[in-house]
Amino acid sequence: MRTKSRKSRIEPYLYILPALLVVLVFRTLPILSSFTASFTDYDIGGFHGFVGLDNYARMLSDARFWQSVINTLFFVIGVVPAGIIFPLFLAILLRGKLAGKGFYRTIYFLPVVTSAVAISVVWTWLYNPEAGPINRIITALGGDPLLWLREPRGIFEMMLAPIGIHPKGILAGPSLALVSLMGVSVWKSAGYNTVLFLAGLENIPNTYYEAAKLDGAGKWGTFRHITWPLLSPTTYYVLIMSTIISFKTFALVYVMTPPPGGGPLGTTNVIVFYLFQKAFDRFDIGYASAISVFLFLVLLGLTMIQRKVAGRKVHYGS
Amino acid sequence: MWGRRARAGGHVPVTCPRKTGGTDSGKNGLIMTARAIARTAAKHFFLILGGFVMLLPFLWMVGTSLEQGGFSNYVEAWTKVPFGRYFLNTLLVTVLVVFGVLVTSCLAAYSFATMKYRGRDMLFLLFLSTMMVPQPVYLAPSYVILAKLGWINTYAALIVPWVANVFSIFLLRQHFRTIPISLYEAAILDGCSRLKYLWKVVLPLSKSVIITVLLFNIISSWNSFMWPLVVTHSEELRVLQVGLSYFNQEQSSNHQLLMAASTFSTLPLIVLFLAAQKRIVASYSRSGIKD
Repeated sequence: MRTKSRKSRIEPYLYILPALLVVLVFRTLPILSSFTASFTDYDIGGFHGFVGLDNYARMLSDARFWQSVINTLFFVIGVVPAGIIFPLFLAILLRGKLAGKGFYRTIYFLPVVTSAVAISVVWTWLYNPEAGPINRIITALGGDPLLWLREPRGIFEMMLAPIGIHPKGILAGPSLALVSLMGVSVWKSAGYNTVLFLAGLENIPNTYYEAAKLDGAGKWGTFRHITWPLLSPTTYYVLIMSTIISFKTFALVYVMTPPPGGGPLGTTNVIVFYLFQKAFDRFDIGYASAISVFLFLVLLGLTMIQRKVAGRKVHYGS
Repeated sequence: MWGRRARAGGHVPVTCPRKTGGTDSGKNGLIMTARAIARTAAKHFFLILGGFVMLLPFLWMVGTSLEQGGFSNYVEAWTKVPFGRYFLNTLLVTVLVVFGVLVTSCLAAYSFATMKYRGRDMLFLLFLSTMMVPQPVYLAPSYVILAKLGWINTYAALIVPWVANVFSIFLLRQHFRTIPISLYEAAILDGCSRLKYLWKVVLPLSKSVIITVLLFNIISSWNSFMWPLVVTHSEELRVLQVGLSYFNQEQSSNHQLLMAASTFSTLPLIVLFLAAQKRIVASYSRSGIKD
């Protein structure tokens, strides 16, 4: 009798044990290690000692690191709004009863489930400056072919050059190479965001729209006063999720603008790519960990905002 | 095409002389339907345009893969590097990871959802907290841990760290909690073992969420890239995504071969997606909202 009750007391833990072991060894332990490693000079030769905040000080004066931060910000600022506007437009069109709705949704969703590597290989070819389809179309239409993924010049610099203005530094904007990557990123996630928006739209009770119709509201008025405010929980969610995903971009950069370099003149060197290079090309684990911690704190802030919004969303439903 | 036909149809009732009695309401009705048809046509126009943009890269991929040599490009790409091996590696890793995730997640979620014991909520919080940290953040220390275990460049490194998935545990737990706890308590009092209850009652009631977990994990395991890139070096252990990325670097000027390789690498998931698209889309949107 006693052994049986002891067994049943241990039993619940046994159910968790397999998952717990994996989580402890391959999640919790490395997560904690990345904090401690950021205060050490762990490198190819192993652990040498604690160095205090040296890695963080080095980060502050590392021009390549700041370049990666700026590139990441460019990336986020470019991808997130575009990833809201186009999918929202498509979702509004799909709302309600529509012939072929499932068909459209399937097509839009295709890039979401396709691997980032394969998509990057395909887009590298589409962007190919010599023979790629995009440049072939541009030349056929009488335009000048572009270098796309190999173009280090900023897009503002390129746009303003014909009128004699030559912005430098950050003002030159993200390189065309980085903008080309942004395009792929928006394209890949558009279907996912469309589906999220569609779910949000279909949660808005039809009675609101009927009432607006009775009041004689036009298309824009209905969007402005009904759809947009009532959709805001979804919009916030998409905003935060896209921001987090954009911060983590790696495969696209790695495959489309392969190492060493991170694109022409390092202009597609985003933060996770830089972290990856430091950790696995140089095996500079200590420094890479400091960058990890920085990335983590940024993402943690964003996740906190997202949790709050997700919480609000639950209330909205009831 | 579709859009234009619908629009042409939409004009007919407006320009035709009235056929229906000629009351005002009849005329309004016709104009209303004409407008509705025109609106639907405009919708389809933009939706088709959007679909075209989404599909075009795939069409170009297949088109280029068949240029100069047609299907022989596929044969050449397949034999130039051991893609067959990469496929088998990916398949092996995916099958074992997904199986592992299902077993560990169902057990853990069952424990979290139905049993009462000390430390349960703390443990659950510990699990959840790891979900807040994205993989790139702990990639370097993970490598060090694998090196200490002597697992670098082994199948174990590709599989074992991924046989538990907190998000799956979370999804399953949410569902298991909807099964009345009184049912569980009655069964246990009747002498039913906990494992038997899980197997006979909980799992059959959770088919839908289990399939969601299954599909999620198949997709993410098949497509995972950063991890296998880091933890394996030898060609024998390459998974498809890593193999394709190296192939892309080695054959960067051979577009037909690259597109052929991209096509056969994406095909299995595209087929899976088309077969289960309703459920996959629904799972993504539902879990997205819940998360």
